[in-house]
Amino acid sequence: MNWQDHLPALLLAVPLFGAFLAPLTTLGGKGLRNAWFIFVSSVFTLIAFLLWVRVGATGPAIYVMGGQGWNLALPSGLSIPVRILMEVDAFSAFMVLLSAVAALAGAIFSVNYMERFSGVEKFVALYFLMVTGMFGMEITGDFFNFFVFLEISSVASFGLVAFWRDRGEALEAAFKYMLVSTLGAMMVLVAVAFLYSRYNVVNMAALGKVIEWGMVEKTALVLFLTALAMKCGAVPMHMWMPDAYAEAPAGVTCALIAVSQASLYGLFRVCFTIYGSFMGSPMIPWVIIVLGVLSMFIGVSMAVIQKEVGRLIAYHSVSQVGYMLLGFGVGLLALGDARAMADYGFTALKGGVFHIVNYTMYKGLLFLAAGALYYATGSRNLNEMGGLARQLPKTMVLFMIAAAAIAGLPPFNGFVSKLLIYESSFAVHPILAVFAMVTSVLTLASFVKIFQTAFLGPELKKFKDVREVPGSMLAGMTVLACAILVLSLFPTWSLNHLVEPAAKALVDQASYIGAVFAAAATGGGL
Amino acid sequence: MIGNFPYLVVGILFVMGFIGLVFERNLMKIAIAMSVVEAATNLFIITLGYRSGGSIPVWTMAGGGSSRMVLPTPQALTLTAIVIGLATTALMLSFVMMIYRHYGSLDVRDVRRLRG
Amino acid sequence: MNPLSVVARTVCNLFAWFLAVFGIYVIIHGHLTPGGGFQGGAVVATFMAFLLVAHGGKKMQSWVKKDIFTLMECGGLTLFITAGLLGMSNTFFFNFLAKAGGLFGSVVPMGPNPGALNTSGTIALMNLSVGLEVVGGLSMILLYMFSGAHPEESFGREEAGHDR
Repeated sequence: MNWQDHLPALLLAVPLFGAFLAPLTTLGGKGLRNAWFIFVSSVFTLIAFLLWVRVGATGPAIYVMGGQGWNLALPSGLSIPVRILMEVDAFSAFMVLLSAVAALAGAIFSVNYMERFSGVEKFVALYFLMVTGMFGMEITGDFFNFFVFLEISSVASFGLVAFWRDRGEALEAAFKYMLVSTLGAMMVLVAVAFLYSRYNVVNMAALGKVIEWGMVEKTALVLFLTALAMKCGAVPMHMWMPDAYAEAPAGVTCALIAVSQASLYGLFRVCFTIYGSFMGSPMIPWVIIVLGVLSMFIGVSMAVIQKEVGRLIAYHSVSQVGYMLLGFGVGLLALGDARAMADYGFTALKGGVFHIVNYTMYKGLLFLAAGALYYATGSRNLNEMGGLARQLPKTMVLFMIAAAAIAGLPPFNGFVSKLLIYESSFAVHPILAVFAMVTSVLTLASFVKIFQTAFLGPELKKFKDVREVPGSMLAGMTVLACAILVLSLFPTWSLNHLVEPAAKALVDQASYIGAVFAAAATGGGL
Repeated sequence: MIGNFPYLVVGILFVMGFIGLVFERNLMKIAIAMSVVEAATNLFIITLGYRSGGSIPVWTMAGGGSSRMVLPTPQALTLTAIVIGLATTALMLSFVMMIYRHYGSLDVRDVRRLRG
Repeated sequence: MNPLSVVARTVCNLFAWFLAVFGIYVIIHGHLTPGGGFQGGAVVATFMAFLLVAHGGKKMQSWVKKDIFTLMECGGLTLFITAGLLGMSNTFFFNFLAKAGGLFGSVVPMGPNPGALNTSGTIALMNLSVGLEVVGGLSMILLYMFSGAHPEESFGREEAGHDR
């Protein structure tokens, strides 16, 4: 019995435990509460890292909650898995690792950012619940639990978005987010019910094994696609995203980005693992590609005209999600065709996967930097800012790293993933690559605008006594900046060790399904 | 044919809730429409698990009396969904209450400080 | 909010207790009969709602503090997850008490029977903890919604730091 077998369960248990004990830690004063916040975040990041290492070494890990043994997926010779099953393949492990890093950075940042406010113990509890939901979505092996974890992370994040409930705007944003999100979750549940009515299973691996291509499955796929695209902020339903991201406290936004990436993960899990063998027809991939291109272009053109820092960056999120959808759509298009896959499909997938990690890191850092600007100046309006480079030199450097990365300037990681996406989408249709490049140029333009108006220019009188932001906020930003620098300085290493296993796992439908059934074949011994 | 009527009702309920969600202007009515959508989803899952003439799925009753049982899994799923729905509804009503305090109105046309 | 008339208060005093007793019954028999921790907890929380509506906010404030409910909520949830962690020698949430002979450890009798309370292992324990949590959580939701609708009768501490 190896304790490392229990890592998937610990990944969920630790943040849950942290959430439940958080309100009690406030009895020990502010110090204990903050220590608990940081301690639990570090522990789950460590667990995520160990899980990633283990999955990289030994292949997909499964875990049966409450079973006699951790790998007893099919007790007493049943042909379909029962019980609550967690399944972690390389793609899940990759998502878990990057979400954990984003959540850790948000937690460290929030310690000083939230210290003037009352009710922080509830903030901590909700934060950990959101993290639990996010991890759950990424490692669960069955669809109903996917829905449950989706709802856990959503409900917790509604509360967090509306945490500054004395601002009417925050409530409005949370309400909008809630409507979109709850409707999306209900659609996921209906889709799960459709599949359950047809096959009597909700387990992803078992479903991927038996599924056929019929009317019920098509309906379920459309519902999944609509719901999860809504949740990750693709264009027709993107309007909740700038509101919620800009109004939530900055540390929360950093984790919210990872939550929306978990929805994106669900979308790709459905498309690649469940419906992977039916993607021969170009219909669904093209829908995803078109959604991606629209999100890219509309997101960035809305961003250019914004005046508030938070909303400007949040509109860029819409456009960045478009890049990922484009990359994965191209990969999906090539899924049925081995030659196309080797030709450009796998490059597109690598680009998409790499862009997920890059996006989470630099976008999180940008939001934290925007939060630091708000903390220091008390203003969100770009037109009122200026000359802050003298007062906030460290924040400026961190912001510059993130801005260079998102704009895709050559030495930075954003450049690598965007290049992979340009290359592969050019092979499908040149116009896609043109759109992607135009978007990239506009992104650069709008970040030059923020940088120039906020940091450069003459010193303003009203910002005379603005000070550099406190230590924990800088530390939180530094975590993400270090991640960006590592990804930028060692692109080959990160492509080979971080991105490629994840992209391979995504394509490899058989090993995901096999992991559940192979464990049963070996008898599921203790 | 008659066996499909529950699905028809569920479909009508879902569409009604959706229409309310899209076209209603009052935040309270939007919250109610959301609950209708949730109820329709729960009813759908419960209907899926029904076997005509089945008894309650209690394990100690197995073997005695009726051998047909309705499926217990959808009922468990629905219970979970109901609990989540309760949390969502409670939070949504709180938001409506606080939005009313800030904006002095429940009309969506007045609650529009965030735009563009 | 003002208290209701003396008739309503007397009826509440007489009958609200049945709600509490029934709710606790549902929680304790969660593993035997339909219902369980959540449903029973919701019934007990209705008892709180009765008291709140009939006697008004001031009286309620003198009877209970929000901190008690926070404690119930955290305690219940911590008990729940501890019950899960204790089964860790096999797996997380493993039912280590079932059929072990001790607490909740009897074997379930087959066939129609009135129900043996001392069965089902950690499931019963989890029902109890969920019941505790839901009583605390739902009562807290009620009290918060009440104090949101009537800011002048707020419960508990003042808030700080929320500017604007």
